[in-house]
Amino acid sequence: MLELQILLVFMIIGALIAVKTKDLLSSVIAVGTVGLGLSLAFLILKAPDLAIAQLVVEILCVIILIRATIRKDLPFSTSGRWLFNTFITFMFLVVFIGFGYYCMRDLPRFGEPIMKIAQHFVSQGLKETGAANLVSSVVLDYRAYDTLGEATILFTAVLGVMAVMRKIGRKK
Amino acid sequence: MSVYLLCLILFCIGLYCILRKRNLIKIIIGIAITGHAVNLFFILIGYKANGRAPIHSPDQTILNMVDPLPQALVLTAIVIGLAVIALIAAIAMRVYEKYGTFDITKIRRLKG
Repeated sequence: MLELQILLVFMIIGALIAVKTKDLLSSVIAVGTVGLGLSLAFLILKAPDLAIAQLVVEILCVIILIRATIRKDLPFSTSGRWLFNTFITFMFLVVFIGFGYYCMRDLPRFGEPIMKIAQHFVSQGLKETGAANLVSSVVLDYRAYDTLGEATILFTAVLGVMAVMRKIGRKK
Repeated sequence: MSVYLLCLILFCIGLYCILRKRNLIKIIIGIAITGHAVNLFFILIGYKANGRAPIHSPDQTILNMVDPLPQALVLTAIVIGLAVIALIAAIAMRVYEKYGTFDITKIRRLKG
C-alpha cells in the first residue's frame, strides 16, 4: 500500500502546515487539504460512500471556518511559561506515542481484519435487507437506532448554533 | 503497522495543536485533525488486503469484501464531526464579538 503511505505523509505535512502557519486563513485552507486527502484515502481503502460524504463535509467545514476567521486578527503571544508549557506538552506526547506503539501490537495486522459480526452482514445482508450496498444496509437497517441518534445530534447542534448566533432578544 | 503509526502521528499533531495553541480557531483545527485521524484509523482496521467495496453486484459474486461495519459507523461519525465543528465555530464567533480576541488567555472576564 505505497500510495496510501504517500497520501498519509501528505496529510501529515498538511496538518503540520495547518498547525504552524501564523495566518489563520492559510491554516484553514491547509486543514481543508488534510480533509480532501482523507477523502482520497477512503477511496483507496475501498469506501466510496465515505469518500463522497467526507468530500461534502470537508468543503462545508472549510466554508464555516472561513466565515469564522475572515477579517479577524491572530494575536500570537509567546508570553507566560512558554518553555515549561512546551516541555510538558512534548513529554505528554512522547508518553502517548509510546503507549500507542505498545498497544499497536495487539491490533490485527493491516489487511487482515477480524470480521466476526461483519461476516453475517456480508453473507446474509442482501437476503435479509434487500440492499445491494452493505454500508447502507448496516446504517439504515441493522443499526437504524444509531442513525436516529445521529439525526438527533444534528438537530441538537442546529438548535445550539441558532441559540448562540441569534440576534433577536439578546441583551446588549 | 507503518500505516497505523502514520495515523497515530497525525492524531498526535492534532493533539499537540489542541494542547499547545492559544488561538480558538487553531484549537478547532486541532479537533478537526484529530477527528480525521480517528476516522481513518477505523477504516484502516476494517481494510482487507486486495478487497472490494462492500457493494453486491447482480452479475457476479464478490467474495473478498472489506468490512462494512466500521464504514457505517464512520459515516455517522463524519456527519457528527461537521455538526460539532459548526457549533464550536459559532461559539468562537460569539466569543470574538464579546471579547474582541481569539486568545484564550485573554478571555478571563466572566460576565453573565
